[in-house]
Parts: sequence; C-alpha cells; structure tokens
Amino acid sequence: MVSKETFNGSVEYVQVMDENGNVDQSLFPQDLKDEQIVEMLKWMILTRALDAKTLSLQRQGRVYTYAPLVGEEATQVGTALAMRKQDMFVPGYRQHGVYLVRGASLEAHFMGWRGFEEGLKVPKEVGGLPVSVPVGTQILHAVGLAFAQKYKKQDSVVLGYTGDGGTSEGDFYESLNFAGVWKVPVVAVVENNEWAISVPRSHQTAAQTLAQKAIAAGIKGVQVDGNDVIGVYKVTKDAIESAKNGMPVMIESMTYRMSMHTTADDPTKYRDPKEVEYWKARDPIDRVRKYLTAKNLWNADIEAKLAEENSKRINEAVEKAEAFKGDPKSMFENAYSFVPETLQEELDDAEANNFWQ
Amino acid sequence: MLNAINNALDLSMKADENIVLLGEDIGKDGGVFRVTDGLQAKYGENRVMDSPLAESGIIGTSIGMAIGGLHPIPEIQFAGFMLLGFSQLLNHAARYRERSRGAFTVPMVVRTPVSGGIRALEHHSDSPEILYSHIGGLIVVEPSNPYDAKGLLMMAATMNDPVLFLEPTKLYRLFKQEVPEDAYTIPIGKANRIAEGNDLSIITWGTMVPVVRNVVDKKKLSADIIDMRTINPLDEQAVLESAKKTGRVLIVHEASLSFGAGAEISARIAEKAMFELKAPIMRVGSPSLPYPLPGYETAYIPNEKKVAQAIDKLMSV
Repeated sequence: MVSKETFNGSVEYVQVMDENGNVDQSLFPQDLKDEQIVEMLKWMILTRALDAKTLSLQRQGRVYTYAPLVGEEATQVGTALAMRKQDMFVPGYRQHGVYLVRGASLEAHFMGWRGFEEGLKVPKEVGGLPVSVPVGTQILHAVGLAFAQKYKKQDSVVLGYTGDGGTSEGDFYESLNFAGVWKVPVVAVVENNEWAISVPRSHQTAAQTLAQKAIAAGIKGVQVDGNDVIGVYKVTKDAIESAKNGMPVMIESMTYRMSMHTTADDPTKYRDPKEVEYWKARDPIDRVRKYLTAKNLWNADIEAKLAEENSKRINEAVEKAEAFKGDPKSMFENAYSFVPETLQEELDDAEANNFWQ
Repeated sequence: MLNAINNALDLSMKADENIVLLGEDIGKDGGVFRVTDGLQAKYGENRVMDSPLAESGIIGTSIGMAIGGLHPIPEIQFAGFMLLGFSQLLNHAARYRERSRGAFTVPMVVRTPVSGGIRALEHHSDSPEILYSHIGGLIVVEPSNPYDAKGLLMMAATMNDPVLFLEPTKLYRLFKQEVPEDAYTIPIGKANRIAEGNDLSIITWGTMVPVVRNVVDKKKLSADIIDMRTINPLDEQAVLESAKKTGRVLIVHEASLSFGAGAEISARIAEKAMFELKAPIMRVGSPSLPYPLPGYETAYIPNEKKVAQAIDKLMSV
C-alpha cells in the first residue's frame, strides 16, 4: 500500500494599493512612473463617463441592451495598459474599457451598442476581436490566436476575457487545458465581478478561488484585487512575461459589478444593497484619486477640466454614431467570401421590392 | 477515397505553410480511419497535432488560429461528437465575418466522417448535413467519390470561409478510382451531373450516389443523376434545369426524411418549376428516427429496393 501526497498547490493574492490609496512598496512595479498612474486614472474616469453616457442613452431608447461596467474600471484599464502594442485581446461583451485604452474609437463603441456590426470592425492596430456574447466560449479563440502567434514566431501575447460565470462553462476549462498542453502565449483574464446576472459567485462553484481552476490545467493561476489598478497592472505584466515564455496564466481579478448585468435586469430584485455599499467603499477610482492627490498630482480643477473634455469627446462620438445609417445590403455581402447565387437572389428580391423602406 | 483525402491534405500543406491539422489521434495514429496517416511524420508535430479530447476546444481554437492568419483543418473523429463543438461552429465560425463586417474571417475546413453502413457503435453513423446547412455563413460539402473528395477538399483549403467537409465512412474504402496525382480543385457550390437522361431527375449526394447509380443501371433508365457535392450553398440552377427538362424528380438522401435537405430542394423546385413537372416531387430518406445500433442498420438506411420502388411510383404517375 502506498499513500502519499502527489500534488500540493496554492494561489497567490496580490494587492498593491489598498482602498485608501496606501501602496505596498515591496510590490510596487519599479518601472511604473507617476505620470503613468495619472494616465491610469484618466482612462478609468473616461471609461466610467462613457459607461454612464451609454446607459443614459439606453434609457432614452438611443442604445439597445447594454452591459455596464461601472466598478470594473481598474481591471479593464489595468490589464489593457499592461499589454504591449503587439499584444492582442479577445473580449466578452463588457470590456468597453479595454477597447478604449487599446485605441478603439468612442464612435465605434456607440455604433456597436446601437446595433450595427460596423462598430465591431475593430481596426488592426487595436489588436482586439469583436464583442463576443456566448459566455466563456471566446477564450478558446484567444488560445487559437495565441497558437497562431507562436506558429508565426510573433512576439505577441493574447489576453482572453470572461467573467466569474464564464468559468463554469466547459469551453473555459477546455481553453485552459489546451493552453497548458500547447504552451501558447495566452493569458485568461477572469473579471470576477461576483455576479453572473442574478447568481452570486458562491453559487457558481464550490471552489475556494476561481484562480485554482488554472492549476488543474497545469497553468499558473493568480488572484488580484481587481479594483486596484496598480495591482492589476503588475499581475498582468508578470502574466504576459510568463505567457511569452511558455507558461500561460489565468488571472482572477476580484472586482464588483456595481450596476446591473445588462439593462434588461434589476439587481435590487436579487441582491442586498448593503453589499453594493461595501464595494462602494472600495471603489477603483477613489483610491487612485486619493493617492495622486496626496502626491499633488491631482486636484478638483484637473478633474473638472477632464470631465469637460471627456463629455465633449463622448457627445461628438454619439453624434457621429447616430448619424450612421447602415446599408442592409452589407448583411448579404459579409456572410461569405462570395455571394452565393441563392443569397444573391434574396438580395435582388429585397432590393427590387423595396423591402427595406 | 481515404488516399485521395490524404493526398489532398498533403498537397495543400505543401502549397500553404499556414495549413495546420489538429484532432484526436490524427498524428501518430493517423486518425481512426488513417486519413491523416504519415502526415505528422512528414510535416512535424507543430503542423499535425494530436489535440486533447475536446471537440469544442478543437473547433474553438481552430477559429482563433484562422483569425490569426492560419488555415486550420481540424478533424472531428465522428460527426456525432461534433455536436460538442456545434456552438463554436454556429455562434462563432459562421458569424465572425458577418459580426465584424468582413474585418475578421475564419478560413478553416472542419473534416468529419459521416453516415452509416459500417456497423459502427451508436453516434458513429449519423448524416447531419442539414443541421449545418441551416447555418448561414457556413459551407457544407459532401463528396461521393475519391476524385471529388480530393478536388473539393483542395478547393476548400484555399477558401476564406469556414467549410464543413463531410466524409462518408462507407465510401472511404468502398471502391477504387484513378485520381490524378497533381493538384486540382473542384468548385464548391456547384453540383455535378453524373448521368444524363430524359425521363427523370434523381438528386442525391454522399453514400446514396452509388446506390442510385446501381438502380439506374439495373433498370436501364434514362435519368439525370445530380450529385450535389455541396449542400450549402445549394446549386439551385442545376436542380431546376434538370427538373424542367425531365419533369419528374426524386431526391434521395441517407439522412432521415423529415426536414431533410430533400425538403429544401423540393420546395425550391415547387416554387420555380411546378408547372413544368409531370408528377409530384418525391423523396427517399431514412426513417425519421434516431440512427439505430448496427443490428438494425440495414433496415434503416435506404437501399436499392427502396429507391427502385420510389422510381416506379414516380414513373407511374
């Protein structure tokens, strides 16, 4: 008879800046300069403003169903800023902040959420794939994309995003497993915002952490305070380095969905408002504001000026997006690399009979 | 047909270094039917990969590879297991191009064995062409002989679209046919009239092609036999042309009758050529039931007798 321990794993939790803006110097990334932290704050503020505007447009019927991100700015901005220019990302449907930081236009954001595919024509230099709705399925694309980078000997790492709910999907586990076997340059970012629509994290899995799921696939798993933009930045930088060297990483970024899942649900129906209060005190933007104010790098005037600029940019983008009139013909022209005869006939029929007017 | 497919993969890989193969047991073992035999030895483990046992993972990662500039040709061991990857095909492979208005495309060929007649286990014998043909953005091809298999596969491997390539297992080794050694392609989306006649049109594909041919030969019929080759997009023109010429149409497929591709073809003929028909359009398919275990297989698949009876009925109207 033999009885011995064959595996013993653990998961590290990282927080660099706490909710009061205090920083742990031993973990603070050496290369991170003050002006970069100012940039982080600016991106988070723009992201929140964009989110608020989109939600308000939705309430006015000018945007269709929308998935707000408020509360998750640090996770999105921190991971996106940690990427190098040549790195790529595969988002779910809530990563508006990632797109922004990576250089996608505000106009494209509104066009997409107003229901036009033209908004999902992500430019090459952004390095992102279009919004993907089926939860957790797109991490597989990140793994395949990472395989292609490795195959073509490109120095590029791919970040794939999903949420806590997404980790229950079979495709999520298959992604980590393929990533581990193939040793491809991929980082899975789990934006654990505690809620999958109305189902809390505690009902999603009995696993103590989501990050430990990585261990079962033979890759690295790490937890980070997802409302700490510096912590997220650090952990992502390290993960990219690791993935580049053949060890994929899964990051569990522990944040909170301050708002609804999408505009189609009302969170007061399924969660205690006290919980929201708890997280309000851990806001990702407040702590950076405190930190930079203490260093005399931020004040109310700067913030007011920024708010004004943001608002102007956002409003201009809305105007442009609302001026866009799609051409239904584009549906027919983009299904295949060619237009099949039978499809051409449907197109001709619609045009000849003014079906679109 | 096995050798023709192997040869098509070989030539395609030689011509395009972005082509990679992945699937369960396709490397060292050469696949459970040996379709990929020898390719890993020739092209290395980086281009011919034994993947983990996960169909959604195989198709999902292939999608990412395709977006990343490769041209993956994944193999799904049996079509019955492909349903685990159905969401990836329907929700993503077929939609990326449309979703991004052409900014991202998914050039890949998913190969999988289909149909019965080889006394296999449950889930190894289905004819699922119609499940995939209903998906806009996805191309569905099914060859019925070695020559077509090679040309269609080589064509699929150059297209900037996701193509589902269905390989009838029964035809893998059913008959030998001389196939040119050099590379050649056969257009996708075009049917092939393999016999010409005036009295009736028989529209068929895959495993039913040799069955139909035998019946036509034995009965010495003057019939058009149209091998569809591609199920979606459908070559409607070829179907209508023949239907109008003969005025009598029989559609024969191994997949079960109800809601089969025969219904789609029949509807198109009815819409556009009804008044040129001499008899109602008829269909032959398997019973509208789950595919049985091998003990009942011969009672399930349409045989020559069933096809002959349908022809008699069609000709008697």
